[in-house]
Amino acid sequence: MTAGRLLPLLAGLFTLVALAFSPGGEARWFDGGAGSLLLALVPVFLLLAFWQRGSKAWRGLVYVIVGGIAVFGLLNLLQAGAAGAAGLGFWLYGLGVWAAVWHGVDCLSKAEIASAGWRRGRDLLVPTLFGIWLLVVWELLCRGFGIPQVLLPAPSVIGERIGNSSAMLWADFQQTFLKAVLVGYAIGCGSAFLTAILVDRVPFLRRGLLPMGNVISALPIVGTAPIMVMWFGFDWPSKAAVVVIMTFFPMLVNTVMGLSASGHLERDLMRSYAAGYWQTLIKLRLPMALPFIFNALKINSTLALIGAIVAEFFGTPIVGMGFRISTEVGRMNLDTVWAEIAVAAVAGSAFYGLVALIERGLTSWHPSYRQRS
Amino acid sequence: MTSEVARIEPLPAAARPGLLSAFWQGRTGPVLVVALAMVALWYAGAVWLNSPWQYDVFQRQDVEWTTTDLVRETLNQDRPVLPAPHQVLAEMQKTILEVAPDSRRSLIYHSWVTLSSTLLGFAIGSLLGILLAVGIVYVKALEKSLMPWVIASQTIPILAIAPMVVVVLGSIGLRGLIPKAVISTYLSFFPVTIGMVKGLRSPDPLQLDLMRTYSASRWQTFWKLRWPSSVPFLFTSLKVGIAISLVGAIVGELPTGAQAGLGARLLAGSYYGQTVQIWSALFTAAFIAALLVALVSLVERLVLKRMGVKP
Amino acid sequence: MARNGVERAVDVRDLSLTFQTADGPVYALSQVNLEVKAGDFVSFIGPSGCGKTTLMRVIADLEQPTGGNITVNGVSPQEARLARAYGYVFQAPALYPWRSIERNVALPLEIMGLGREERRERARKYLELVNLTGFDKKYPWQLSGGMQQRASIARALCFDPDLLLMDEPFGALDEIVRDHLNEQLLQLWDKTGKTVVFVTHSIPEAVFLSTHIVVMSPRPGRIIDIIESPLPRERPLDIRESPEFLEVAQRVREGLRAGHSYDE
Repeated sequence: MTAGRLLPLLAGLFTLVALAFSPGGEARWFDGGAGSLLLALVPVFLLLAFWQRGSKAWRGLVYVIVGGIAVFGLLNLLQAGAAGAAGLGFWLYGLGVWAAVWHGVDCLSKAEIASAGWRRGRDLLVPTLFGIWLLVVWELLCRGFGIPQVLLPAPSVIGERIGNSSAMLWADFQQTFLKAVLVGYAIGCGSAFLTAILVDRVPFLRRGLLPMGNVISALPIVGTAPIMVMWFGFDWPSKAAVVVIMTFFPMLVNTVMGLSASGHLERDLMRSYAAGYWQTLIKLRLPMALPFIFNALKINSTLALIGAIVAEFFGTPIVGMGFRISTEVGRMNLDTVWAEIAVAAVAGSAFYGLVALIERGLTSWHPSYRQRS
Repeated sequence: MTSEVARIEPLPAAARPGLLSAFWQGRTGPVLVVALAMVALWYAGAVWLNSPWQYDVFQRQDVEWTTTDLVRETLNQDRPVLPAPHQVLAEMQKTILEVAPDSRRSLIYHSWVTLSSTLLGFAIGSLLGILLAVGIVYVKALEKSLMPWVIASQTIPILAIAPMVVVVLGSIGLRGLIPKAVISTYLSFFPVTIGMVKGLRSPDPLQLDLMRTYSASRWQTFWKLRWPSSVPFLFTSLKVGIAISLVGAIVGELPTGAQAGLGARLLAGSYYGQTVQIWSALFTAAFIAALLVALVSLVERLVLKRMGVKP
Repeated sequence: MARNGVERAVDVRDLSLTFQTADGPVYALSQVNLEVKAGDFVSFIGPSGCGKTTLMRVIADLEQPTGGNITVNGVSPQEARLARAYGYVFQAPALYPWRSIERNVALPLEIMGLGREERRERARKYLELVNLTGFDKKYPWQLSGGMQQRASIARALCFDPDLLLMDEPFGALDEIVRDHLNEQLLQLWDKTGKTVVFVTHSIPEAVFLSTHIVVMSPRPGRIIDIIESPLPRERPLDIRESPEFLEVAQRVREGLRAGHSYDE
């Protein structure tokens, strides 16, 4: 309970005390739109600190919204002259807003919401807020302290770069993701799947390959990138080859394990029907292996992108995400690097999300989904 | 109730499991055979991949040659497309055993450079991961806000940031060990967090209710129930974490054209077309990875044995 | 009642089965002789380790005997299995979680290559027989344990085998559900005229259900006694309080006691 009371008090206290210090630079609390907005919010924070009623959900929402307005004010205050020279007042106020938003998120997280729809909305809202908050803190710190761009560009700068260089980013994305990653992923996972079915027919091979596969999965396979570049040239096939090697073993190991996941009863049942090998495989063992297979497909979606990008560090034509990252780092164009990383992050998450979505469609019967519905 | 079927497992083949059949029925035999098959395939591949160049050589020298000559020569080229295993081993023997360990040509020297940042990063990363997991399990707001991002972050190709981390930290004066350790920390900390959240939540409701009937404090519940329950999960993620730490350290050595470390050896090898050097660096890295994972497994077995878990 | 003119559904002569384990041989079955007539309801009863499940698995060709002879429907167990002569109900429902109840019941029909329409029709029919009408589109986890086991019985029946092998099918259920299912099973047996071989370790269950009770004993697994029940085919639940019932139960209990040395 103490934390629940403490944070609102801190929010009120910090924002109040902040007024006694300069926000820094040419900005003032008492003139200009941003300053007066923040000034006006102080009594609101103070009042809220003594607000005891209302459900947690409402309380959380109010805090988040007021905190959001305050953040808007702080960003404008930077625009008004505090950029790079933010004073003690600015940071104290920022801490106060932090306390307020944290309290809001805390309330939202703990709120007991009856309707399933709203609850799902809350479960989406809270992490989204957290993500936005991270960006905001990043932005405030970068611009408040005037961190040089070669060290860490602010999110707004990175956003601008994404907007300005979209053609280049798209070309890189095409080269790395649409060619190397997808082709390598398809070949790697596909061939591993077929190998697994072959291996599964020979128990001797299964016993031999499974421990080997486990060991190989732990090895630094990205290291084969220079060799692949030598063998397959600078263009995307060498990257795809690295992706094939990286994705092969996780898929092999998981599929083989999945194929042996069916229980004795289920297999005896198939035997009592005098079902053949292929019938048992298709009707029992493959469905049973699906969660394992998708586990590998998900792991591999991440590994594939990593493999392709890192392989490009060893030499590429003058296009590709990994190439761009390594050369722009050298030129200290960190905004481009971050833009590329943002694209990689979005592509990686989207790829993963797509695989997860297909998994959900195909294995909705699995216990891990059952509990949610 | 499980009746007789469960208790009496029929043995398929020989009447009594002899030493030899145990060897084949167990894992050792099959693993050995598969490994040997791989080496054989490798030799075959080396002959096949290196032969085009060898044909040229033979043609230029205008000599008569037999298949035996071809095989012998392809397996002993200076800059083969695919070096034969014995060439890699010879190179490793030379650079590990014969060169002084502090020389720049010694693989021990390079391995140590990579290993030290791996271990430092792994230690910090694991610690951070555990702390974060405890926070997520005990603080509702952290669970709701942070956990989705921890999971999402798994889908992001984190290694892509490696060169930037190295360069940025380099520009503020941090060079050598620290930037690589930062990458390793970053990489190892996510699997540990996820594994530990799972582990700390693994006690079933009955066990938690039991602690409630004793009106145990949160602290007691943590040390007496949640922490011990999470140990198997911890080790599973530590194994993933240490392997990925090594990868992080190696990749961290690439962007600056680093002068030391296994990653630098890989890069230098690829610049100068020294395939034997690349392969020996790769093998050393693989060996270290296997060793590190085996070490964690060993500690795991010892700890679990002490905890009385059935092996 | 017997199809193909075969009177003996199961015929076992001097059957023995020895498992080789690391601790030496285990005599799971020794010198077993048994005759099951078509249309009988035969229960195997005995303490754990007496070989009752093993005997059933030998009948189903899930286990190979090491000595003696056995025929199922007049042919070897393997031929019987390939001819899909029996339906097997396990201790657990073993329904496939990714299939709806209807598709679970239709699984053997799919394997036997029947058309879609006929599969659906038969599955519906047998689901009705086990009182699961309306649950065909549900998934296994949406059903209670008793309902799941009933679905697995429908699955065993839907391809109309002559022989139904049931291995402690109700062992995991509570007694109230069990009584209910026992009653339903008797009605089903009466309606369909199948031969049923049933493994249990409950004396009342064995006596209530069976026309013949086979009492077995462990180490080595063997038959102590075969009791023919004097009870009529029509058996309401309260027959269990009748003197005839108690008398049969008493005989079973004595048989078990004689074969069991209580050395565990």
